[in-house]
Amino acid sequence: MATINKVVHEVAEQQYNYGWVTDIETESLPPGLNEDVVRFISAKKNEPEFMLEWRLKAYKHFVSLLDKEQRPDWANVKFPKIDFQSISYYAAPKTKNELGSLDEVDPELLKTYAKLGIPLEEQKMLSGVAVDAVFDSVSIATTFKGELAKQGIIFCSMSEAIQNHPDLIKKYLGSIVPYTDNFYVALNSAVFSDGSFCYIPKGVRCPMELTTYFRINAQGSGQFERTLIIADESSYVSYLEGCSAPMRDENQLHAAVVELITLDNAEIKYSTIQNWYPGDENGKGGIYNFVTKRGKCAGVNSKISWTQVETGSAITWKYPSVILQGDNSIGEFYSVALVKGYQQADTGTKMTHIGKNTRSTIIAKGISAGHAQNTYRGLVRINPKADNSWNFTQCDSLLVGDQCGAHTTPYVEVKNSTAHLEHEAFTSRVSEDQLFYCQQRGLSMEDAHSLIINGFCKEVFRQLPLEFAVEATRLLEMNLENTVG
Amino acid sequence: MLDISNLHASIDNNEILKGINLKVQPGEIHAIMGPNGSGKSTLANVLAGHPSFTVTSGEATLNKENLLKMLPEERARAGVFLCFQHPVEVSGVRLDHFMRAGYNAIQKSRGKEEMDVLKFDRMLNEKVQIVEMDRNLIKRAVNEGFSGGEKKRNEILQMAVYEPTLSILDEPDSGLDVDALRIVANGINQLRTPEKSIILVTHYQRILNYVVPDKVHVLINGRIVKSGDKDLAKEIEERGYDWIETDIQASK
Repeated sequence: MATINKVVHEVAEQQYNYGWVTDIETESLPPGLNEDVVRFISAKKNEPEFMLEWRLKAYKHFVSLLDKEQRPDWANVKFPKIDFQSISYYAAPKTKNELGSLDEVDPELLKTYAKLGIPLEEQKMLSGVAVDAVFDSVSIATTFKGELAKQGIIFCSMSEAIQNHPDLIKKYLGSIVPYTDNFYVALNSAVFSDGSFCYIPKGVRCPMELTTYFRINAQGSGQFERTLIIADESSYVSYLEGCSAPMRDENQLHAAVVELITLDNAEIKYSTIQNWYPGDENGKGGIYNFVTKRGKCAGVNSKISWTQVETGSAITWKYPSVILQGDNSIGEFYSVALVKGYQQADTGTKMTHIGKNTRSTIIAKGISAGHAQNTYRGLVRINPKADNSWNFTQCDSLLVGDQCGAHTTPYVEVKNSTAHLEHEAFTSRVSEDQLFYCQQRGLSMEDAHSLIINGFCKEVFRQLPLEFAVEATRLLEMNLENTVG
Repeated sequence: MLDISNLHASIDNNEILKGINLKVQPGEIHAIMGPNGSGKSTLANVLAGHPSFTVTSGEATLNKENLLKMLPEERARAGVFLCFQHPVEVSGVRLDHFMRAGYNAIQKSRGKEEMDVLKFDRMLNEKVQIVEMDRNLIKRAVNEGFSGGEKKRNEILQMAVYEPTLSILDEPDSGLDVDALRIVANGINQLRTPEKSIILVTHYQRILNYVVPDKVHVLINGRIVKSGDKDLAKEIEERGYDWIETDIQASK
């Protein structure tokens, strides 16, 4: 038992490899939130009037929630009350002019992304992956834009989309996640700075993976980005987001909103590898990751699939969901959440069945080590008109050591008697016998852990695009790596 | 080869092994027999380094190297293989991947080249024949949904893959029907060489009809109380263990 405890201890103390800071001049607002801040951000982005109005409405709504102390308190996470006046709502690397091409991007920034393993120079990129890089509050570069544009695909920063495609923005922004949706969405809608926008036209199958890489760098700032992906009729896109942040003693707030919409026969596959700074071994610092992600299968026979691998953040609060409105539409949620140290994760999904013959699949794998707490929270709702709808849910927990916790809170609301639902769940511990069996075959304790945990996550990893599946496996291994020796 | 002297081991402060002495030479097969609860499986697990057991005194060396100081994986890399009585499941991990991971970890520790997927696959194709195992089974998760017989065959398959210096087989015959027993025994016989040694822990003499031991030891209450050749096993089959205990009492 002594050796196991040692490894568990080391797992819990594994260090974060992305914790460095880029030395770059930043233009940022002083801490504080008021109407002028909202106006400043909107003006900075040169936004049309309708955006500013929308932001201000969201701001007023947020202030009213704040005044009434209507902060969401139902999640199984504990943290001190956030002082929203102590956060800076805008930070951006200083640039001289409008960027015309990659050559004009600050070399420090290019170096930052290269160090993270994301070269932005197109000739060095993996063919088949287009990247939008978001640094603090702004998008600094989007690759392969020209090539994608040939097929009518729009892949750009949210700021650009607001300027260049106001009709699409007016029609869809906030249509799936309205600013009144919840506390953090209201805040995001008021102060969001950038993010990615993507539109796939009718009948187009996007020829490459689209990726947004988010990096928080500035101190004392929050990051509030907004992503909107629209898949028009019979189109397909696979999209991936990655993220990291420097190690800082303070807690930084990341409150993002992601909206997806699929029209008839369209499909979006959205994958996330979330590796925000989780805090140190005593639970100091780390990102508060309070994110609202929702997709709507608006069209018939359409499909939205979420896959997430969550290893970072001090606190994760997110429930990528699907509204299955179109008949025969499909929603999927595949998740691996690994928490260690003093991390807390409350994550899961909501599947809302509205259309007939709609199907949803939920596979959630939670791994807890150290003193961490992991909660799966899910809701499957079958509305009265959703005839012959179908759901399969499997939520499994794996415990490493005896100081951590796993919690499962599945809700089911069925209002149509023709629905078919299945639910499976189990909780297990990495057993001494399993480890001994692996060791007896020559594997070290550490390799044995990573083998067992990778096996546990396999069903989810299978859903990731190939190159990211490799990255996810490596990320888990790194998180379990024994750095103490 | 293997040299055990005055080995004592306990679990939760209960002494199970009370002074084991045993020498195994290269190429020999030693059968360890004994009634339930006599310490047979404990001996097998202690030699492989199971963390639940504590060695309180005594020595065990393999080719003059102190086994008791090594981690379980170091013992495996030194050539000790334990064929588990109850092999565990490792869900989501394919058996062939699992075997290759272990095999390469051992190769690496010996400064040898790791084997690529294709070569390893070819090797497995040959080895599965030793235990007449279904080829599809090695593409499935380790022991998941395997029948009792398949689990035992899988252990012998792994023994064939790892080619250990010392194999410790912990009741490879338990729960097997006659046909499966014959297959497992055949597998063990095919892996017999003049350099490798085998310790075969068993409750019944049955398997020894197929795998003929050089020596037979009777383990009762944590001690080897009687040693002999294969005829001793036959005698036990006929008369049980009680007479041995009676003999010991009488000689005291």
